[in-house]
Amino acid sequence: MKDLEADIFLRFDDVKKSYDQKHLVVKGFDMDVRDGEFITLLGPSGSGKTTVLMMLAGFESVTSGDISIAGKSINRTAPYKRNIGMVFQNYALFPHMTVAENLAYPLTVRKMPKAQIKEQVAKYLKLVELSEFGERRPGQLSGGQRQRVALARAMIFEPTLILMDEPLGALDKNLREQMQFEITRLHKQLGFTVIYVTHDQTEALSMSSRIAVFNDGVVQQCAPPSELYERPANAFVADFIGENNFVPGKVKSIHGDTAQVETDGGRIVAQKAHGLGEGAACRVSIRPEKLFIHPTTHAHDNALTVRFNTRIYVGDFIRYYFKLPDGTDIIVKVLNDLSAPEFDDGAEAQLLWLASDCIAFPAG
Amino acid sequence: MSGAGNTSYPHMTATSHGLAPADARNAAREVRRQKLQAFFFVTPLLVFIVFAFVAPITTMLYRSIHNPTVANLIPDTLVALQDWSGQELPDDTVLIQFATDMKRMANERTSGQLADEINRALPGMSSVVKSTARGLRRVDDAEIATNGATLLREANARWADPATWNAIKVAGQAYSSSYYLTSVDLERAADGSIVQRDTQIYVKLYTKTLRMALIITVLTILLGYPLAFYMAHASDSRANFLMIFVLLPFWTSLLVRTTAWIALLQTNGVVNSTLLALGITDQPLELLYTQFSTILAMTHILLPFMVLPLYAVMRGIDQSYMRAAMSMGSKPLGAWYRIYLPMSLPGLSAGALLVFIISVGYYITPALVGGTDGQMISNIIAFHMQQSNNWELAAALGSLLLVLILLLYWLFDRFVGTDNIKLG
Repeated sequence: MKDLEADIFLRFDDVKKSYDQKHLVVKGFDMDVRDGEFITLLGPSGSGKTTVLMMLAGFESVTSGDISIAGKSINRTAPYKRNIGMVFQNYALFPHMTVAENLAYPLTVRKMPKAQIKEQVAKYLKLVELSEFGERRPGQLSGGQRQRVALARAMIFEPTLILMDEPLGALDKNLREQMQFEITRLHKQLGFTVIYVTHDQTEALSMSSRIAVFNDGVVQQCAPPSELYERPANAFVADFIGENNFVPGKVKSIHGDTAQVETDGGRIVAQKAHGLGEGAACRVSIRPEKLFIHPTTHAHDNALTVRFNTRIYVGDFIRYYFKLPDGTDIIVKVLNDLSAPEFDDGAEAQLLWLASDCIAFPAG
Repeated sequence: MSGAGNTSYPHMTATSHGLAPADARNAAREVRRQKLQAFFFVTPLLVFIVFAFVAPITTMLYRSIHNPTVANLIPDTLVALQDWSGQELPDDTVLIQFATDMKRMANERTSGQLADEINRALPGMSSVVKSTARGLRRVDDAEIATNGATLLREANARWADPATWNAIKVAGQAYSSSYYLTSVDLERAADGSIVQRDTQIYVKLYTKTLRMALIITVLTILLGYPLAFYMAHASDSRANFLMIFVLLPFWTSLLVRTTAWIALLQTNGVVNSTLLALGITDQPLELLYTQFSTILAMTHILLPFMVLPLYAVMRGIDQSYMRAAMSMGSKPLGAWYRIYLPMSLPGLSAGALLVFIISVGYYITPALVGGTDGQMISNIIAFHMQQSNNWELAAALGSLLLVLILLLYWLFDRFVGTDNIKLG
């Protein structure tokens, strides 16, 4: 236990924030971050994730609770004394300075000798592969280049913690993927701790060591990406992360970790989520890619008869839209290969899946 | 990964296909049509500007060096004076010609104009010219033709003084730089050299005007910058609420605002009675009709011109710049100086330039609350146009003011750069 304590670098202890003295925007945020972790705060806009980041950076005060770095509370530390690097969504590169001057800024503030600054700037320009661009102004760079300058500027004074507030929000899709790769590379290479805020789940899933899913000022679940995707703790997370189908039903019986659920289309077996009671209404979540259309060679425990609605050709896969007897839409993703079946309008089909691939959540 | 290759997109290869002659003609016609259209859009404004701005200024500039009044009144005398050496009294023929002209002017009732003009060069000549003209009106032409010189000399001793004739000769020049010399407190001595005038007014007045404008500009910056900063980073509703107070002066008549200052600052005004009642002073302070009151009232009146461009520019500066600077270890004041100030400079220079130039030429407020101490150059210009009727000197003073402002603008462009100005 003592070792674990020592390992914790950043700790949020029941942190709360209210702007208007009436409502809490962040309602008791707890989290322990180990050195070198890549933590993503994910959530819809207005969920409180950016507020947490701003409190950590020191731009917003903490209403109650405590934020500590390496065991020391930083609640009352001025932002400029926290030694936290930050990357902003709009990059916040100083337009009247060249790229090199931008990078040198945190070092000149720290009164580093000129020769050393020059060396350090050159080193970090090389690190983000912009060695040729030191004399340019931010206005003369492309979006991706600016992003890399912003990254280098946040890292150059070697802070132990780097905060990123939706840093890729302004980039187009291709560039975003490149930058995800770049940030991951730098994180692995330099080993700093990252707190990353985004509302883009793909970004969160592909980069993070752990993701904290926010909704309404509360962390719904904090877990590594795969666990978050495979084992969502509640219906919100199941719905928010990735795509999901929800089949309404009623819990018939519960045996250990599994639940028997009675639906309009028949009885199905599902994993039991926390808080599920016998006889209660529930929603069973199944990922579109875990569903198979009969006939299939995949193993399965559950079957539902559905009516074909339409199919959409996406390219690498095909999306099938079915309707349950009660009218609920159900989506199936099928790889675009020879096994993708054709249906007539309104034709009946059978969907098959494993009990371990679906979770029954309490309804509502 | 290959450096810049990450972000560069495949560019279109630059191939230039020549235009066929017909296509080129069509393209040229299109461009011509657009130009014509653009011209029609601006024509009304262009016409207005030519008549309301370019023409008056040109006239003013012209008038400051061109005064044909005397030349038109006594053309023959001036021709006769041309060969005169300027040392002793002119020949009798010149005097006879002048007496003839005087009689004509007395009958045409234009001798007053000549009196005014000559009086400007030689004080006290006004009555001499007028009385001589009156005396000559009744004398018949033949008498003047033979005895005109004697008649003049008898009418007043000053007609026997070469200085008088020098003044007439100088005043008779249609084109002259004398008004510009006067407006920088210089004059041409009898031998043609340029010397200091006895009374030094205008240079002092220009310096005072510039100094007051500078003080007003600095004051509006000190008052306006923090306010604009606060407004730019306040919530929309609060910023709009405060904006009403900034714009309020614009919705009230300038005259009313200035008069309100009179009510506040006069000897028995609000400020003095309060100070007396509180026992801070036992005698009313001399607040009104001073430089102080002029600066105070003008700072108040010109404040919106500083706040508005500042606010517009600051509104566009995202909070994240300051935050970024602070996250990198910069203290708030240092971050403001190195990051925020340069970024808000376009608004600051626009506001400062606006306030400075407006206050250099301000007329109504100094006229109302300035007294003698708070007068600025524009009040003297107005004085010469309305009271002393010396339009030429007024024009020269005005032109000099224009040159001064252009010079300042040029300096500003040199050191700050006009592309650094932003009004919104």
